[in-house]
Amino acid sequence: MGVPVARVLVDVMLKPEILDPQGQAVQRALPRMGFDSVTNVRQGKRFVLDLADADPATLRATAEQMAEKLLANTVIEDFQVTVLDEAGETGERA
Amino acid sequence: MPARIGVVTFPGTLDDQQALRAAAAVGAEPVALWHKEQNLHQVDAVVLPGGFSYGDYLRAGAIARFSPVMDTIIDAARGGLPVLGICNGFQVLCEAHLLEGAMIRNGDLHFINRDVTLRIENNRTAWTSDYEAGAEAVIPIKNVDGRFVADAHTLDALEAEGRVLARYVANPNGAARDIAGIANAAGNVVGLMPHPEYAIDDLTGPAGFIENRRVPGTDGLPFFTSILKSLVSA
Repeated sequence: MGVPVARVLVDVMLKPEILDPQGQAVQRALPRMGFDSVTNVRQGKRFVLDLADADPATLRATAEQMAEKLLANTVIEDFQVTVLDEAGETGERA
Repeated sequence: MPARIGVVTFPGTLDDQQALRAAAAVGAEPVALWHKEQNLHQVDAVVLPGGFSYGDYLRAGAIARFSPVMDTIIDAARGGLPVLGICNGFQVLCEAHLLEGAMIRNGDLHFINRDVTLRIENNRTAWTSDYEAGAEAVIPIKNVDGRFVADAHTLDALEAEGRVLARYVANPNGAARDIAGIANAAGNVVGLMPHPEYAIDDLTGPAGFIENRRVPGTDGLPFFTSILKSLVSA
């Protein structure tokens, strides 16, 4: 029996107006492998956070504070918080 | 008593010794500061040196910004303490919101290690007063996340307020409006991507000839003589 854990995803992407040289490099590489249909690539980060004893009522707000303060630099990045429901990967973990 | 210039060492800092050496070279007393200590040991100015603090994990400077020493430095900088952030130190100052903008990956994704020519645009800060306005200085860069970006409104404000400290004469990395360094409104907090502490003497600096013009290895020295003068006259 493990401690109940809630899982929250934080996806961080460079803002649309910020040039993404890494995404561009991937975009240039894909056609060399025959993937000719790619017209744009943006590269981002995903944080998978497991929160112990998290209050479901404040889970999202807590994750947003973490993203605001540390996970994203909101000068250049946007973030999106996704709280996984019981049917997802939340619940007890070994 | 000589002015005391503190240099912070974070885990992953590379250029603390060079910054301490530059402080000593101009006659200041170099003081090593440790990231875990909030105590600034009565320094009169602080250099946040280059390197890869915390491995640049997450984003360059993002984790260092929350170290104990930065709590004190952020408060002190808002109170007027002169702070110079070089390279990774500039990134830390941006993450701490003491300076605007952010640094992203160089345009060509390359790590660029090269001597570049800067034009000093703002010689009214505590760290640049020994330059002539518009002076050119040859100083090395060595980074991969060196491309300064900010939204157009912020860039316009930086230019209008004369807070662009230095620009690249030939932009090496795609930095917005060729910006190599900026200052805060008060002029005590300065961030610079190139490394003046690597251009303080002929032997180790970028001495040589560019287009038949003799370049000394000491073009970075005025950052350190400037701060010393401003501290002595303060």
